[in-house]
Amino acid sequence: MKPTNVRAKSLVPVARGGLLDRRSFILSGLAFSSSLAVSNAVASDKISTSKIDQSLPPWMKTPGNGDTEYGLPSKYENHIKRDVAEHTPETSIFSIWHTPIENQRGIITPNGLHFSVNHNGVPDIDPQKHKLMIHGLVDKPLTFDVESLLRYPMVSAINFLECAGNTAPNAVSLTPLDQTAQELFGQVSGAEWSGIPLKHILQEAGLKPTAKWVIVEGADGGSHARSIPISKLLDDAIIALYQNGERLRPSQGYPMRLFVPGWEGNANVKWLHRLEVTDKPAFTKDESGLYSDILDDGKIQRFSFHMDVKSVITRPSGKQVLPEKKGFYEISGLAWSGYGKIKQVEVSADGGKTWAIAHLDQPVLSKSLTRFYIPWQWNGNSTMLLSRATDEFGRVQPTRAHWRDKYASYSFNHYNAIQAWHISSDGVVENSYA
Amino acid sequence: MPSRFLYPRCLKFMLSCLLLVTALGQVAAYADDATYTTDLGVALSPSEVSPYEITIFPSGKNLPEGKGSVKQGEGLYQNHCMMCHGEEGDEGPAARLKGSDGWFSFSDPLRVLRIDKYPILLISVGSLWPYATSIFDYIRRAMPHYAPKSLSNDEVYALTAYILYLNDLLAKESVLNEETILDISMPGKQRSVSAWPEIEL
Repeated sequence: MKPTNVRAKSLVPVARGGLLDRRSFILSGLAFSSSLAVSNAVASDKISTSKIDQSLPPWMKTPGNGDTEYGLPSKYENHIKRDVAEHTPETSIFSIWHTPIENQRGIITPNGLHFSVNHNGVPDIDPQKHKLMIHGLVDKPLTFDVESLLRYPMVSAINFLECAGNTAPNAVSLTPLDQTAQELFGQVSGAEWSGIPLKHILQEAGLKPTAKWVIVEGADGGSHARSIPISKLLDDAIIALYQNGERLRPSQGYPMRLFVPGWEGNANVKWLHRLEVTDKPAFTKDESGLYSDILDDGKIQRFSFHMDVKSVITRPSGKQVLPEKKGFYEISGLAWSGYGKIKQVEVSADGGKTWAIAHLDQPVLSKSLTRFYIPWQWNGNSTMLLSRATDEFGRVQPTRAHWRDKYASYSFNHYNAIQAWHISSDGVVENSYA
Repeated sequence: MPSRFLYPRCLKFMLSCLLLVTALGQVAAYADDATYTTDLGVALSPSEVSPYEITIFPSGKNLPEGKGSVKQGEGLYQNHCMMCHGEEGDEGPAARLKGSDGWFSFSDPLRVLRIDKYPILLISVGSLWPYATSIFDYIRRAMPHYAPKSLSNDEVYALTAYILYLNDLLAKESVLNEETILDISMPGKQRSVSAWPEIEL
């Protein structure tokens, strides 16, 4: 492989370990424009049998293939797939499909790669026979078919979705497991979600003054249900019908799901069919056990809906190998907060001793994945790459030690500590505890 | 199906403003401030709702009449549940039904190995769940996994009774019904705190 030659006017170190100032990261165009030679064409009577050089690749000398009705990725990219967590095989009680986060760019996860957690499999719902009901503490109990809901005015927003259990291995494993970013961080994705503001449906039914919670239920085999505070549903929650411009995929809740921006994935009830308005929560299965947090003093913390500020460097990340010692690299990753916008991401290339502020790609949106990057000249020594995000409310990612101080040693939900990737002198990237 | 639209009277004015803003070269914002909607919901009668009201609340709301004994529950457990929850209720691959939450107990030296294989065993119904009504609710709506909603109400009472018995919360001779289930005091309730401020536990 050709050694990297950094094309830039001047790169100024901004922290130790080889982090550079991205503001000077500008390509020099002069070298190219001055080398163009002008050839003088000479008129000739000779017959020419010469052709375009025949050593060109075959795809430049044959007509292409037909296109397909529904596009698929290149066959050369078909190794980029979701993977299912080993301890939750597809046929087991529930399955967890991780997105290949380190192979994506931008802030949108392709629909086929969006992470998915299914507690009772993926139901095959006929939209002609599916209905949404709203009842309980309302003036007018109502039902809607899918066709009617598709006629409602809709809103769209780009938001992240993260499972409460994302990165659980780093929360509970005594030693850092040698895993990829997909395995450790693959339960977060970003998409544009479009649908009906839930407040419109609640207002159409008419809320009684005692209405405080809604038991939101899916039409899957397990009738997944969560109790959601009405204040969130009147704020930014939607009945999502579209994801990234197309109708929801079955594993994302087709024909419709609840979408509560910034809140743990499990609360975004898929295959939505019933809204029961109540004055109190129901303490359903998932709010009784699996989606609670065990605190350091043994208390069980319930209804911790928000996903807190978090970030991860996706390139380079776990089990990748840096191809060139002392090479030039662009460090790139994702940050997000369930409370609002990302304000700042800092990166360290010396294990946390010094930090530099990374560039944030636009747009920086509320409760959305935000892409950050920073140029890096690796000095070839073993080191540790870290990222630390801060949101618009000043919430900062804790260290792993600080995070663990708050929770019981076996509590694995809502882990948002600073992630560290160890770089060996051979360029091997490995999950690490800073 | 009613098809009338109830756009506010000012809709035309709003659209005019939007066009004006666009004409001025401004970018129209996301429509998340949309103030117009429609009303295509169809009235739902109590008898239509009734078959779907399966959520059992801690107050006992929606509990059906019925009864089941620990002994009946034991037999049902062996037939329908043991293959996923294990002989004792804590072997996995499905969630632990009995005992403490966490890494291990002295009475079960194999627990660490079990957790390594099935991390979900770190949590336990017996120690974390605050209300016995939730056990009844979940078995009735979702279990057994291969045939959800197939058990009778009496069978669900019996299985709930057996899980409570496994956790020393019910005596072996007991029978559980829609009234006695409300007498059960689960240890998970005392340990509960809420991160959401608008609720008392």
